[in-house]
Amino acid sequence: MDFRLNDEQRMLQDTVARLMREQYTFENRQKFLDSEEGFSRDMWAQYAELGLLGIGLPEQYGGYGSAIELMVVAEQLGRGLILEPYLATVVLGGALIELAGSEAQKEDLLGRLIGGELLLAFAHGEPQSRYSLSEVQTRAEKDGDGWTLSGDKAVVLHGDRADLLIVSARVGGDVRDRDGIGLFLIDPKAEGVRIRGYQTIDGLRAAEISLAGVKVAADAVLGEPGQAYPAIEKAVARGIVALCAEAVGAMEVTNEFTLDYLKTRKQFGVPIGKFQVLQHRMVDMQLELEQARSMAILAAGRLNADDEERERTISAAKHYIGKAGRFIAEQAIQMHGGIGMTWEYAMTHYAKRLVMLDHQLGDTEYHLERFSRLMQGAEEETAA
Amino acid sequence: MELHYSPEEQAFREEVRQFLREKLPPDIAAKVKGNKRLSRDDYVRWHKILGEKGWLAQHWPVEYGGTGWSPIQRHIFDEEAAAAGAPGIIPFGVSMVAPVIIRFGSEEQKRYYLPRILNSEDWWCQGYSEPGAGSDLASLKTRAVREGDYYIVNGQKTWTTLGQYANMMFCLVRTNTEVKPQEGISFLLIDMNSPGVTVRPIITLDGEHEVNEVFLENVKVPVENLVGEENKGWTYAKYLLTYERTGIAGVGIAKQALRHLKYVASKQLKDGRPLIEDPLFRARIAAVEIDLMALELTNLRVVAAAEKGGVPGPESSVLKIKGTEIRQAITDLLRRAVGPYALPFIPEALDADYDDEPVGPDYAAGLAAQYFNRRKITIYGGSNEIQKNIIAKMILGL
Repeated sequence: MDFRLNDEQRMLQDTVARLMREQYTFENRQKFLDSEEGFSRDMWAQYAELGLLGIGLPEQYGGYGSAIELMVVAEQLGRGLILEPYLATVVLGGALIELAGSEAQKEDLLGRLIGGELLLAFAHGEPQSRYSLSEVQTRAEKDGDGWTLSGDKAVVLHGDRADLLIVSARVGGDVRDRDGIGLFLIDPKAEGVRIRGYQTIDGLRAAEISLAGVKVAADAVLGEPGQAYPAIEKAVARGIVALCAEAVGAMEVTNEFTLDYLKTRKQFGVPIGKFQVLQHRMVDMQLELEQARSMAILAAGRLNADDEERERTISAAKHYIGKAGRFIAEQAIQMHGGIGMTWEYAMTHYAKRLVMLDHQLGDTEYHLERFSRLMQGAEEETAA
Repeated sequence: MELHYSPEEQAFREEVRQFLREKLPPDIAAKVKGNKRLSRDDYVRWHKILGEKGWLAQHWPVEYGGTGWSPIQRHIFDEEAAAAGAPGIIPFGVSMVAPVIIRFGSEEQKRYYLPRILNSEDWWCQGYSEPGAGSDLASLKTRAVREGDYYIVNGQKTWTTLGQYANMMFCLVRTNTEVKPQEGISFLLIDMNSPGVTVRPIITLDGEHEVNEVFLENVKVPVENLVGEENKGWTYAKYLLTYERTGIAGVGIAKQALRHLKYVASKQLKDGRPLIEDPLFRARIAAVEIDLMALELTNLRVVAAAEKGGVPGPESSVLKIKGTEIRQAITDLLRRAVGPYALPFIPEALDADYDDEPVGPDYAAGLAAQYFNRRKITIYGGSNEIQKNIIAKMILGL
């Protein structure tokens, strides 16, 4: 049992931390946010140069590290509150190609992804599906050698910025069946694809995507059509590992801002941190951060466990992170008072991210219910 | 980063399991698992079994008869002992006064008291709290005045846990009233059989006799029973409070209680189905299990850091607060799990020799009483509010 990072992991952490500190200042972030693109292509190129776009992907295609490295990097990116499509492209997109792609697809797509030349988005959720991973109404019909896709995809993270969409569609089975889901690579400019992009309230990009008879060639199918569910579940688990670590980074910064404010803001002639009612709330925020950090570590550590243990742990972690993130965000805003309500103050953007990442890849209730189903039952021998 | 136990640690776990299978008396385990009352003799028997194996003094230095276990080994023992239904080790002698004697006591004190703790000859109790000194412990008023070779002690101690069984008490007394409260306190070892010592029971809200008042009237205590230096007692008391933090989370106890909760919820019915299948109740169990998963890992982080010689950071402060909150949440669910059968109050049913028919399911007896009893855990050992004051000051710098 050892929770220390090794030398290489520490170097990786330092590298990303320095990049965030020096280049992803709040001022710069707001410039990226207000730009046409909504994020920084220049930062993306620097991530590629530092090897960050290959984290968690196989070494043979230029990738590096596994779940722990992903956790280390995502935590620092969370501290930077980055706007780039790291989750959509590297974590979810990269995982799907790694898990479902053919050798040729991996060679081509992972190579370009890791080199910084390919942005991906995972178009999976639908207007009616909420957080369900198996509810897919979008249909894929066999069409000669290829396929024709029709349906609607909802709140696709960075869906309006991707060079290539990974779209899930049903080739068989009922709407909520795990069996019968396929993955298809679609050019966003292809005929029949309509994309309506927008900003999310936490500063990222997303899109509503509708597909009307979109033609997909045989070689643009990812994996065996109908058998995609296990890859989707695993890719989402990797996404949750990244989200949990990102949240921990954002919680750290939010707590640092709040603690600093308690020590500097004076009312009634004293720093407000002298008031016990605020001290205890600050302590509660620290306790939640440490518990959340433990869950992020556990999720990363169990990412490669067997399916049942992995999914149970992932749901436990996402539930906890969602709860702790919202708690910390709400406390931080309240304890800052008026300034905590303003757009110009950096902390408020971390708070928004902490609340909103509960709306990605399943929220606290969704994962509580899921964990509850996966939870191990009573053992008879504990009887009195 | 390595989240798994090493083969050596797993082998150690197996060794502990085997020991517990062979040596833990089944009648005692049945009482613990059945939430029945334990006698003084039950505790002493178990302490002696551990003492004979050399496993009682788990964090003493080896030269004094300690196990030499690493923090992780101690954690593994706690987990396995709780799962097997072993009683908790009564901490006052082996975990509280002994480390202070080892660190600050005289050679004579070490030679005399430590073996008597190891072989369970002495039962120690703690003389800290007073009617006017709870969270503000340093305001304690019990006076010790030096007269020749004795201190004459006058005052009152309270909340003395299992003081009715004790023959020795380690006691904080005021030896100087002229200085700051913290600077006039001494650490005395008092023979409970001395003339002038009176123990009176305090019955707690669950109807049990666990804590006591101890009255000290002109009690003569030999000066050789002073530990360390006069007026340095506060330093020793603080050392004692921070000495052993890795067990404070109570993860082993909480895991066993959670297993029991699932067992009870699987036996109870709601609408003809096991309660554990009710989505709402099941989700409540799930939520507390998730909290416990987080706590277990936080605890392991602290334990592993201690193992590698690191100084526990803020995460160690989580342990007491979160650990007690989670254990209370589980006793709350246990009480709620049995529904109306939480109401019957039949204290005799908690005696091992009770042979009347139980009212309701036998596991229901005592669950409400246990819930009320466990309200103490967020109060004692420095209330959770005091813990937060400490974190705010020492860690956050507020």
